[in-house]
Amino acid sequence: MSDWDLDAAQRDALAALLLTLADDEFVLGFWDSEWTGIAPMLEEDVATSSISQDEIGHARAWYELLASLTDDNADRLAFGRAPEEYRHAALLNHARTDWAFTVARRFLYEQADATRLEALSRSSQAPVAELAAKMRREETYHLMHFEVWLRRMAEAGGEARRRLAEALQRLWPEAQAVLAPLFGEEALLAAGILPEPMESLRARWVERIQATLAANGLPQLPAVEPDPQGRTHRTDDFAWLHGQFTMVARSDEAATW
Amino acid sequence: MVVQAAVRDPRELAVRAALDEIPDPEIPAISVVELGVIGEVAFEPRREGGERLSVELLPTFVGCPAIDVMRQQIGERLTALNVADEVEVRLTFAPPWTSDRISPEGREKLRGSGFAPPLRIGPSFDGQELQMYLAQATCPYCGSQNTTLDNPFGPTLCRAIYHCDNCRQPFEQFKSV
Repeated sequence: MSDWDLDAAQRDALAALLLTLADDEFVLGFWDSEWTGIAPMLEEDVATSSISQDEIGHARAWYELLASLTDDNADRLAFGRAPEEYRHAALLNHARTDWAFTVARRFLYEQADATRLEALSRSSQAPVAELAAKMRREETYHLMHFEVWLRRMAEAGGEARRRLAEALQRLWPEAQAVLAPLFGEEALLAAGILPEPMESLRARWVERIQATLAANGLPQLPAVEPDPQGRTHRTDDFAWLHGQFTMVARSDEAATW
Repeated sequence: MVVQAAVRDPRELAVRAALDEIPDPEIPAISVVELGVIGEVAFEPRREGGERLSVELLPTFVGCPAIDVMRQQIGERLTALNVADEVEVRLTFAPPWTSDRISPEGREKLRGSGFAPPLRIGPSFDGQELQMYLAQATCPYCGSQNTTLDNPFGPTLCRAIYHCDNCRQPFEQFKSV
């Protein structure tokens, strides 16, 4: 798909970055696809399913780009790894839980993803910049959708607002992992592959989150540093999900698609 | 639009005409050309001799499940044209497909089959602009702008669901994206 002109350090760092992008979208897409059929209302059932399908499509595109860089195979990357080899951010380690939890997780994640894609659309590596620019247009719909839900639940007050605020508090430390410093980040920055340090992206994201929370009368969240294990620590919830999404691939490993 | 070179391979016209007969798999009323998913068409010499016809295909959505079907149909149709020794259909996101690429004919045909065409939105948009775009849709049946958005996410990735408060028809809009 692409001819890459990178030295070994740049290639390894870019490969690690692409894996985080792909795994985030892949795991989130699978978790939220579990709402298909049981979302709070019919229209939301369609919306969550459509958004999840988008995320799996984005994951596929990132896995394919990674496969072209490391001479690998996108299906193997998606379905052929052990749970501990996945590199999604820690807030994606949990089962879908209740609707407030899903809205809180989506809101935190979509804002972080938007901030990240905005930066990557200026990457010196054209295939990365082109894909990020294309995804941004689609992700704008996702972010808008979950900000509408955030407002709706905050304005509803009572149990909806309480559950939402609790989920935001619970997920906030683990959400930092989406924009935590990257493996080989110096090499990525020097080559302009990543145009801006993750630390500055994270600061911008925190500002946007706090501003939206304030606008909706929700409590501010405390300053917190990302956990260095934020993309490597895995949970029983994720082990279960991994069993689910690899089930078909494992049933016949020699099959072609 | 790109300014075209003075001399153009006449075979390109035949290729584009053939592509204009291939329907979009999800909205068959419009062709892949009218949908705007066809990029550059080029005839290139091959290292091993002969010529390769190379056609760029711009996916509407990154995760569009119809893209493999489109790619296959385009490949088969152009191979049958017999204008080159080989046909290559290459996916690209440069330039990105946007709904602004749907042609005027495509927009008319969308309307004719009960879809509101997308609004023209330019090279980029943010969440606030998107909310503004989503609030406006013209009913493809009665032309009223007295419409309500039911769901920005419809039966396929590229469709939103509306309701016309004038003629009381539900309808879909091809998403502005």
